[in-house]
Amino acid sequence: MIHQYKNNGYNIVLDVNSGSVHVVDDCVYDVVPVLEPILKAGLTGETAIEATCMACEKLPYSSTDIREVAEELLELHNAGQLYTPDIYEDYIIDFKKRQTVVKALCLHIAHDCNLACKYCFAEEGEYHGRRALMSYEVGKKALDFLVANSGNRVNLEVDFFGGEPTLNFDVVKKLVEYGRSIEEKNNKKFRFTLTTNGVLLNDEILEFANKEMANVVLSIDGRKEVNDRMRPFRGGQGSYDMIVPKFKKVAESRDQMNYYVRGTFTHNNLDFSEDVKHLADLGFKQISVEPVVAQPTDDYALREEDIPQILEEYDNLAKDLIRRSKEGEPVNFFHFMIDLTGGPCVAKRLSGCGSGTEYLAVTPWGDLYPCHQFVGNEDFLMGNVDEGITRADIQDEFKCCNVYAKEKCKKCFAKFYCSGGCAANSYNFHGNINDAYDLGCELQRKRVECAIMMKAALDELDKGE
Amino acid sequence: MKHIKTLSTRDLKESMKKGGCGECQTSCQSACKTSCTVGNQTCEKAK
Repeated sequence: MIHQYKNNGYNIVLDVNSGSVHVVDDCVYDVVPVLEPILKAGLTGETAIEATCMACEKLPYSSTDIREVAEELLELHNAGQLYTPDIYEDYIIDFKKRQTVVKALCLHIAHDCNLACKYCFAEEGEYHGRRALMSYEVGKKALDFLVANSGNRVNLEVDFFGGEPTLNFDVVKKLVEYGRSIEEKNNKKFRFTLTTNGVLLNDEILEFANKEMANVVLSIDGRKEVNDRMRPFRGGQGSYDMIVPKFKKVAESRDQMNYYVRGTFTHNNLDFSEDVKHLADLGFKQISVEPVVAQPTDDYALREEDIPQILEEYDNLAKDLIRRSKEGEPVNFFHFMIDLTGGPCVAKRLSGCGSGTEYLAVTPWGDLYPCHQFVGNEDFLMGNVDEGITRADIQDEFKCCNVYAKEKCKKCFAKFYCSGGCAANSYNFHGNINDAYDLGCELQRKRVECAIMMKAALDELDKGE
Repeated sequence: MKHIKTLSTRDLKESMKKGGCGECQTSCQSACKTSCTVGNQTCEKAK
C-alpha cells in the first residue's frame, strides 16, 4: 500500500507496509501510481521500465527523467522499500492470541474534582456514579494485583488519575512508598505518572512528583478565555490565572522534560493552533492539545463541517513548529511526535492499545474496567482487586481487538501509527469496539501526514540543506 | 538517488523478528487518554 500526499511544498510517498518514507520530486510523484499496476502484472526489470515509460508518455516530463525515475523506483522496490505487501495479518492474529499480562493500571484515586470542566467524560470526576476517594487498602490491593498478573514484564505503569488525584494525595504518596517497597523482591520497576488540573499543586506535591513521577500531565486548554470557558471552578470562575504560574514552575523544575501541558479543543475554539502557540509562548516545551470526544448533542462537540478548518489548523501548527525549530526553540507537540527510526515494532503498532488486557482502570472502590473511558458503564465491569478478572469474556473481546478486526482500518495508511484507534471512541459512536470513530480517524490521518512532513523538513534542517 | 530522498526509518518487516516483547509503554499512559497513538512511542530496546 502506498500513501502519497503533498504538504507544505513536500511530495511525500509513504510505503505503508515497510514504513519507508520517500521525499520525491514531481516526476516521481506522478510515476509512483503508474508503476504499481505494472509490477502487479508481473513485469520486472527492463520490461517494467519500458512499460512505465510508455504509460507515462503524456506526462509533462522528459523521457530521460521518466526512465531515471522508473529505475530509482524499481531499486526501492527491490530493496523492500516500495510497494511492499501487507504480510502482517496472520502474525498479528497469532500475536494477539498469546498469553497477555497486565502491565499498566489507571488508578482512579479520586472520583471527585475541584473543577467543573464542561467536557469532562468523568462527569466532574464522578463517572456517572458517586463521589469517592480510593483508600490506601484498595490501592495497595491494586498494586499487588498488578504485580501478580504482570508475568515477566519488568516495567509496570501506574497512572494516578481522577477526577483530581491531588484531592487524595496522601494516598498517592503512601501507594508510591508501598510500590517502591515491593519492587526489588518482585523484580519490578514502577513508573508512576500523575494527571492533575493544578489547583492544589504546591511545593510539597511538586517535590514529591519530581522525585517519584516519570511523567506529569498538567491540564490546561490554552488561551485564558478558552481555558476559562471550559475549565471553570464549580462557582463559575476561571482556573487559568491560578494554574499557569504553577505549571510554569513544574515545567522548569523538571528541566522542561517528562511532563505535558495537555489541553482539549472543542467546537468553541476551532482555531486551536493559537492555543498551542500560546502555550509555547508561555515557555512550555511539551504540549498536547487534543480534540474533544463528545456526544453529537453537546454544543461543544466537533462536527463534520468543522473538519476542513481543523485540518488547516494542523497545517498551520506544523509550519509554526518547524519555524520554532529553525529558530532554535523547538517545541514538542504530542500528536506530531513520530519516531521513524526507533519507533515501536509492528506487533505493537497493529495490536491495539491494550485496553482490557494489558491496561485496566481501577475505581476508588476497586472495580476493574477495560480503561478509564469505560468506567461507570456496568456492561464493562470486568472484576475487582479482590477477585481479579471475573469476566474473561470481556477480556477475550478486547484481546481480539486489533487493526485486522476493523474493516475501516484495513485500507487505512495510518493504521501503523494509531494501532486501530481508541476502543472507547468506537464503542461510544458505533456501539462496538471493533469499529472506528470516523471524525477522529480523519484528524489522526492529518496528524500523521503533518508529522511525517515535519520529519522531511527537519531532516533538511539537520543536513543544512 | 537523483529524484528521491529516503528518510531513515525502522524496517517494520524486520521488526517482526525480534518485536513483541511488550516492555514498551502502554499507549494511553502518556498524555492522550482520549485517542490512541503509538507511532510516537519509542521501542524500549531502542532506548
